[in-house]
Amino acid sequence: MIHAAASIALLIVSGAMVAVFPRSILAFLVFQGSLVAIYVARIPAWLRALLLGTALLVMMPVIGAWNGYYLEVATQVGIFVALALGLNIVVGLAGLLDLGYVAFFAVGAYTWAIVGSPHGNIVFGGGFPLSPWAFYLFLVVGLLVAAGTGILLGLPVLRLRGDYLAIVTLGFGEVIRVLANNLDKPINLTNGPKGITPIGRPPVPPFMSYSEGFYFLVLLIVIVVILVNRRLEDSHIGRAWEAMREDELAAQAMGVPLVRSKLLAFACGASFAGVMGVVFSAKQLFINPESFTFLESIGVLAMVILGGMGSIPGAVVGATVVTVLNLQVLKGFSLWLNELKNADVTVLGYNLANLPTQLEPAKYERMVFGIILVVMMIVRPQGLFPARRRQRELGQ
Amino acid sequence: MTGLFEAAGVSKRFGGLTALHGVDYRLDAGIASIIGPNGAGKTTLFNIFTGVYPADEGRVTFRGQPVLGLRPDQITALGVCRTFQNIRLFANMTAIENVLVGMHARVRVGLWDALARTSRFHASEQGSWRGGLDLLERVGLRPKANEIARNLPYGDQRRLELARALGSQPALLLLDEPTAGMTQAEATSLMALLRRLVADLGLAILLIEHNMRVVMEVSDRVTVLDHGEKIAEGVPREVQTNPRVIEAYLGRRAAAPGGGRAGA
Repeated sequence: MIHAAASIALLIVSGAMVAVFPRSILAFLVFQGSLVAIYVARIPAWLRALLLGTALLVMMPVIGAWNGYYLEVATQVGIFVALALGLNIVVGLAGLLDLGYVAFFAVGAYTWAIVGSPHGNIVFGGGFPLSPWAFYLFLVVGLLVAAGTGILLGLPVLRLRGDYLAIVTLGFGEVIRVLANNLDKPINLTNGPKGITPIGRPPVPPFMSYSEGFYFLVLLIVIVVILVNRRLEDSHIGRAWEAMREDELAAQAMGVPLVRSKLLAFACGASFAGVMGVVFSAKQLFINPESFTFLESIGVLAMVILGGMGSIPGAVVGATVVTVLNLQVLKGFSLWLNELKNADVTVLGYNLANLPTQLEPAKYERMVFGIILVVMMIVRPQGLFPARRRQRELGQ
Repeated sequence: MTGLFEAAGVSKRFGGLTALHGVDYRLDAGIASIIGPNGAGKTTLFNIFTGVYPADEGRVTFRGQPVLGLRPDQITALGVCRTFQNIRLFANMTAIENVLVGMHARVRVGLWDALARTSRFHASEQGSWRGGLDLLERVGLRPKANEIARNLPYGDQRRLELARALGSQPALLLLDEPTAGMTQAEATSLMALLRRLVADLGLAILLIEHNMRVVMEVSDRVTVLDHGEKIAEGVPREVQTNPRVIEAYLGRRAAAPGGGRAGA
C-alpha cells in the first residue's frame, strides 16, 4: 500500500515539478527517476502499467509541448534503448561480443536515406525521393537488410570465439563506416563524407508535431523490441543461447545447432538496429558516416554493461542513464557554468569568467562516461539491474 | 542385418600419436562398457562417435545411416546423446533448464511460433516442461528442479547430466565415466538406474568406466582398448581372465609370471 501511494505521489509531484520549472534539468531528472522507482516499487502489475503508461503516453508529450528539448531527449533515449536491447540479445543472451554493432544501425539508416532523399536519383535513376508513406514500408525493409547484413557478418566468424570474434566485429564495424565514407565513387551510393540530405520524413497524424510523431513511433518500436526480447528469452531459443554462452561444446552435444543459433542471434540483434537506423535517418534529416563511429558501438555496449548484461530492464536503464547523462546533465552543467561566467561570479577569489573553455563539462562527456564505467565495474560489475542469472555467476 | 550402432576400422591420429587404430565396434542393445588404461583412446572414440572430432579413417553408422561427417547436434538429433567425463552442465542454469536445453533437438516449433506465442508454441513448451520434470523425477532430482546446477552436490550433477542427455530422447546413450568421483553406494544406485532405463525406455547404453566392480556388474559386454586398439571383447567374465587384458592393466609379468619386463 505504501509503495502504491508513494509511486502515485512521486509521479504527480515530479510531473508537477516539471510543470512549474519547465527549464529545470533537475526537475526532469526527478521525473525520469520516478519512472525507475515505479518500475522497482512493490505494486500490482496493473498499477505499474497504468502509471508508466500515463507517464510515457500522456505526461511526456505534454512536457514535450512545454519544453521541446525534453521530447528530443526522450526520443533519443528511446532510440538508444532499442539499440541496447538489440545488442543485449547478441552480447547478453548469446554471449557473442560484438564491437561493431553500430554498423547495422548505419545499414538501416542508409537504406532509408538513399531512397527517401533525392540522392536516390543518382543511384537508381529517377523517381526519388519515394513517397513519405514508403517510410513505414522501409521500417520493414531496413529490418530485413540489417538482419541480412547480420547473417553476412555471422557466416565467416562463426568459428571464432570470445576475443577473436570481438576483433572481427570491430573490424566489420569499421569496414561499414569506411564503405559509407568512400562509396561515392565509382557509383555514388552514400555520397561519401558529405552525407545525405534532405531525408524524407514520414507522415504523422495531423494533430501531432513531427517530434511528437517520432516520439510515439520510437516508443512503439521500443515496446515491440521489449516484447520480442522477452519472448525470445523465455523460449527454447533463449535457452539455447544461454546454453551456448555457458558451454558451447556441451550445448552442441545436446542438439543445439551452433551455426543457426548464432546467426539467429546476430540477425535478431541487427534487425532492431536496422529499424532504428531508418527512424534515425528520417528524424535527423541528414546522415553521414560520422554518426556511425566505433565510439558509438562502444557507447551502446557500455549501456548494456552498465545496465546489466542479459537483462532487459538493465538495457533500458543503462541506455537511459548514459543518454540522459550526455544530452542533459553534462550539457546542463555547461550551460549553468556559462551563466555563472557571464554573470561575473567569483568563487574563492577566482573569477569564473577566466575559466578556460576547455573545462566545460560538455567536453568531458567521454571522460565522465569512462569514470562511471570504471567505477561500475569495480563496485557493481553485474550492472544496475542485473539479469537473474548473471547475478548468480558473479555472486559465487 | 545392420545393427543399431556399428563402427568399422576407426582410426584417429593427433600429430604423430595414433590415438585409435582400426577399431571395430558394434552395439545392438543393452549395456556395454569400454575399459582400458589411461590414454587408451576411450574418450577419443566417444568424441568420434558424437562428431566432436572427425575420424581419419573408418565408418560409423547409426541405424544404418553414416554418422561420420555429421555435426554433434545432427548426431544428437538422430538419437545418439552423451555425457562428459568432466561434468559439463550449464552451470548457471537451473536443473530443469538444463534438461530443457537437452530437449532442444526435439522441439518442433520455430522463431515465429516463439515470437507470436502461437498455440503450437504453448503446447510445445508445456510438453517440454512436463517431459523435463518427468526426467528429473526419473533420476531423483524432481525436488531440486529449480536449483542452479552449480549448487548441486557432485552426485546430483552427474545424474542431472544424465537427465539432460535423456532429454534428446536418444536410442543410444554414451556415458563417459558416469560414476567418477562417486562412492561405491552412489555408483551402485546409478547402475540400478541405468538398468531401469534400459528396461523402461529400451535404449542402449555405452559406458566408459574405470570402476571395475561397476563395469563387471552392469555390463552385458565389455570391450578393452589399449594404445588405440581393441585387445579384447566379450562378457565380463571372459574379459576378466583374458591374459592380454591383465597385461595391459598390470604389465606383462602379472599376465605371464617370469616373462619379460614389468610395468606398462
